[in-house]
Amino acid sequence: MRPFAYVKPADVAEAVRVAAEPGARFLGGGTNLVDLMREGIERPDTVVDVTGLPFDTVDELPGGGLRIGALVRNSALAADGRVRTRYPMVSQALLSGASAQLRNMATVGGNLLQRTRCPYFYDHASACNKRSPGAGCDALDGFNRGTAILGVSESCVAAHPSDLCVALAALDAIVEVRGQEGTRRVPMADFHKLPGDTPDIETALAPGELVTAVELPPAPVAANSRYRKVRDRASYAFALVSVAAALEVRDGTVTDVRLALGGVAAKPWRATQAERLLLGGPADETAFRRAAETELADATTREGNAFKARLAAATITATLRDLSTGGTAR
Amino acid sequence: MSIKYAETEQATGTTKYVGQAIDRVDGPAKTTGEARFAAEYPYPGLAYAALVHATVPRGRITAIDTAQAKAVRGVIDVLTHENAPPMKPAPKLSLLDPSTLVSGTPVNYLATDEVHWNGQPVAVVVAETPETARYAASLVRPAYEELPATVDLAAEQHNAVPQKGNLLGETSADKGDAQAALAAAPHSVDLTFTTPPHNHNAIEPHATTAVWEGDRLTVHEATQNITWTRKHLAQRFGVPEKGVRVLSPYVGGGFGGKGSVWAGTLLAVLAARATGRPVRLALTREAVYHTVGGRTGSIQRVALGAGADGALTAILHTSVSRTGRGGGHGEQITAGTRHLYAAPNIHLRQSTVPLDLLPNTFMRAPGESIGTFALESAVDELALELGLDPVELRLRNEPDRDPVGGQRLAHRRLRQAYALGAERFGWRERDPRPGSMRDGRWLVGMGVATAYHPSMRMPANVAVRLGADGTVVVRCGLQEMGMGTATVLGQMAADELGVPLASVRVEYGDSDLPVGPGAGGSMQTASAAAGVQDAAAKLKRTMLGLVRRSPGSPLRGRRPAEVEARDGGLYAGASGQTYVEILKAAGRSHVEVESKAGMLGFVARTLRERRRLVRAATGAQFCEVRVDPDTMEVRVSRWLGVFDVGTVINARTAASQLRGGIVMGIGMALSEQTLIDHRNGRVMNASLSEYHVPVHADIPRIEVLCLDEPDSTMPLGLRGVGEVSITGAAAAVANAVRHATGKRVLDLPITLDKLL
Repeated sequence: MRPFAYVKPADVAEAVRVAAEPGARFLGGGTNLVDLMREGIERPDTVVDVTGLPFDTVDELPGGGLRIGALVRNSALAADGRVRTRYPMVSQALLSGASAQLRNMATVGGNLLQRTRCPYFYDHASACNKRSPGAGCDALDGFNRGTAILGVSESCVAAHPSDLCVALAALDAIVEVRGQEGTRRVPMADFHKLPGDTPDIETALAPGELVTAVELPPAPVAANSRYRKVRDRASYAFALVSVAAALEVRDGTVTDVRLALGGVAAKPWRATQAERLLLGGPADETAFRRAAETELADATTREGNAFKARLAAATITATLRDLSTGGTAR
Repeated sequence: MSIKYAETEQATGTTKYVGQAIDRVDGPAKTTGEARFAAEYPYPGLAYAALVHATVPRGRITAIDTAQAKAVRGVIDVLTHENAPPMKPAPKLSLLDPSTLVSGTPVNYLATDEVHWNGQPVAVVVAETPETARYAASLVRPAYEELPATVDLAAEQHNAVPQKGNLLGETSADKGDAQAALAAAPHSVDLTFTTPPHNHNAIEPHATTAVWEGDRLTVHEATQNITWTRKHLAQRFGVPEKGVRVLSPYVGGGFGGKGSVWAGTLLAVLAARATGRPVRLALTREAVYHTVGGRTGSIQRVALGAGADGALTAILHTSVSRTGRGGGHGEQITAGTRHLYAAPNIHLRQSTVPLDLLPNTFMRAPGESIGTFALESAVDELALELGLDPVELRLRNEPDRDPVGGQRLAHRRLRQAYALGAERFGWRERDPRPGSMRDGRWLVGMGVATAYHPSMRMPANVAVRLGADGTVVVRCGLQEMGMGTATVLGQMAADELGVPLASVRVEYGDSDLPVGPGAGGSMQTASAAAGVQDAAAKLKRTMLGLVRRSPGSPLRGRRPAEVEARDGGLYAGASGQTYVEILKAAGRSHVEVESKAGMLGFVARTLRERRRLVRAATGAQFCEVRVDPDTMEVRVSRWLGVFDVGTVINARTAASQLRGGIVMGIGMALSEQTLIDHRNGRVMNASLSEYHVPVHADIPRIEVLCLDEPDSTMPLGLRGVGEVSITGAAAAVANAVRHATGKRVLDLPITLDKLL
């Protein structure tokens, strides 16, 4: 590992001041950053360990929402009774990710900032525009089974690997960010960026800005929600496709719905087209399928990931079916 | 645990321990962390090495800049082809000297500017800490002149050439006219299968700790073959073999990946030689993928012709696999097909094509594992074509003699395995119509396949030392990589000598011990059994020699055949003496005997035997899957394997081995593949997160049953259990998926995209 300076700031003001220097990186659970440092992909000059900062609680918000500190561990959040009752999809998404050991270390803030698992990003000998802007993209004609099909560009097809973020996107979560100029609130939909010509820019964070919390607004619909992750083995694999869905049905009509996809884009993909089609319509399989297929109609697939559009549509349909019938999504 | 205990039919000795589920003797040491693995031996002044890997598939190093790396504080040296002391070239492969098989590749690291595969080590950094070594390795800057490379098996298959047969087996067969018989057959299938490359992924990555004292070398090594490793290192470094000691008491899994000497071992020893320091080189997972060969991919055609009664009239099985331009071997891909089904017309061919990739190597049941996938998938498809139950079709074609060579089949019990398995698995409840069985929304499928792995053995020298206090030390240079080697050696010795297991201590994993076989080919236990029997017989003769001078001994004048080893001594009927009494009377502190097996004579006997006998471990694999009808995710929900492995020495460790092979077979079926970029031969998933071995959640309860009969042609009646259970496993899954979904997947792994 490349030598680096290690700083453990006493408070958030010091943290964002130190991190404003070029080459600084925040360290949370380290489950992604340390890996990337070992691989020589991340090469920070300074690692700013924020685990001592007081952002490790889950607090009530007026109206039934929750404010989740950025340093809450994945395992703790997944086990939180309020999360399990009000936002089951959040708990399920967390538990579907990584392993118990990793979840004990990983933090909510770090989860938002984890980087793609595209093999060409991870391999320093391969061309990757995300790692070295302008270098090219070896994934376009290489192993791209796990890559994105929505919002892709010719410079990058990498997919965001997070499970939690998919649920957060479906729930219109707000990311609270602290910089040297103070605190700002970024809607989840704006937090992650599509690649365009600058796949190296992954989030709305300015240099040195620290994620301090994630707010879950009240969402009664989320009490009936699911996170369904489809992957190549039963555990410890990244999603080929995942679906976070919440559904409210009255008299056979969809009265509220939330839908987001994972594994298909450089950001958690809020399925707004499908939601619009579903809302006010019948809660039946035909409508679910039509909405799903409409959302995926713009998919840009490559040889390896052509199946993902169909898989995503099938998974959306199945998840909504389960939610509408009270069946058990696995 | 549901393994039946074996009843053995030994003329002498009792079977107090053989067959039982004895706890493994290395369990406590491993559980408490007391067991030391190759990367855990401390030495004063120990230095650490890290490798620099080529990033082109083929070419020449035009320059290598090590200045930055050398400037890092704590770096002791950076060895490249420009400054490394030369090693001698690898010995040429010779069947007269099987130890030559241990060379993973003839590429002479750091003595050449040639690059033969993407990932080949081109430099070694030696530093005071492993972190420093790895960091400095990332600063070494090689420049290459790239040369054209071929790395894609599918694209190169037309360049494949016939594979030569060798001692391990034939690679082709022609009986009758299979092509004509296939064309004339009223029912036939003709399918082309592909299997991807695989890597072993042992839990312990390869590691070496190397220490030179003058020309004497001590190596703590994660290896499946201490003896051949010692010889190879002596040859490569030009020192006497007796001055080289390879120690490997604990190995964290091998699966064939530690069966050869690879770059890490050689370069650790070289680095220690060059720096004058003890050197440890523990490979990263990625470095294992770059420097240790894996299983070849394959393209296979299986065509079967049959009459309406299901009797096979034609069997064709051809395969193309790859080697490396710098080494590697063909695999016995059609070996199962040669022996499994009776047919008047059989055509078998194996071909290989060299690619500019890291040479392939042994991986659990090389050849048979992937060959049985193709054959047993095709047999299942033929059953559908015929409208016959797939178990019934197999039984109708069960041969009486070897289908190609006509030899006697030693102890073949596949009919019993299928009968017992079908009964226990509830095969009768299977509705044969594809897609007809459901559990809620899940599609349910049941599949079977035959497992087949040849039973072989090698010479093993075993020493037995009997002390005046009645303790026994059994010494043999065997390898323990998790299978239970030491435990079963102790069990066999205790029974053969008639002493309590608690009085037996086993020494193994040290090349200074009497030479034992490597751990490979499922041969180790059977080989050791013969050695133990020989040594026990020798000990008996020696003891009877001692009592000749004891006038009062009830054993005096007895011939060995009249005497039984039991109860801590030798007895003729009710009268006899304990070993302690015999030694005391003779005034001896101990006796020591050693069985010696010569390699050449052994090979000659083996070849003679092969002309009249075909011997294999076999089994019937029963698999049930559930397939999600929306996403087509496949989950294995039940498994039963019924195996005929002759005598089971240890019911617990045997069942674990058999179960482990099935787990690996499930991985092969559903998720495992090494992704090699077809543009540059680079491995793109060199990690446990992206190379998908099964996790616990993928594996159901696996029931293992062993038939209960010793093979009278093998020592103690036993056959190896290390590999048979991976064979047929992938086909059983594929056949269950076919039954659940109606879809025949011909290309492994069966990922959901192939079913959508």
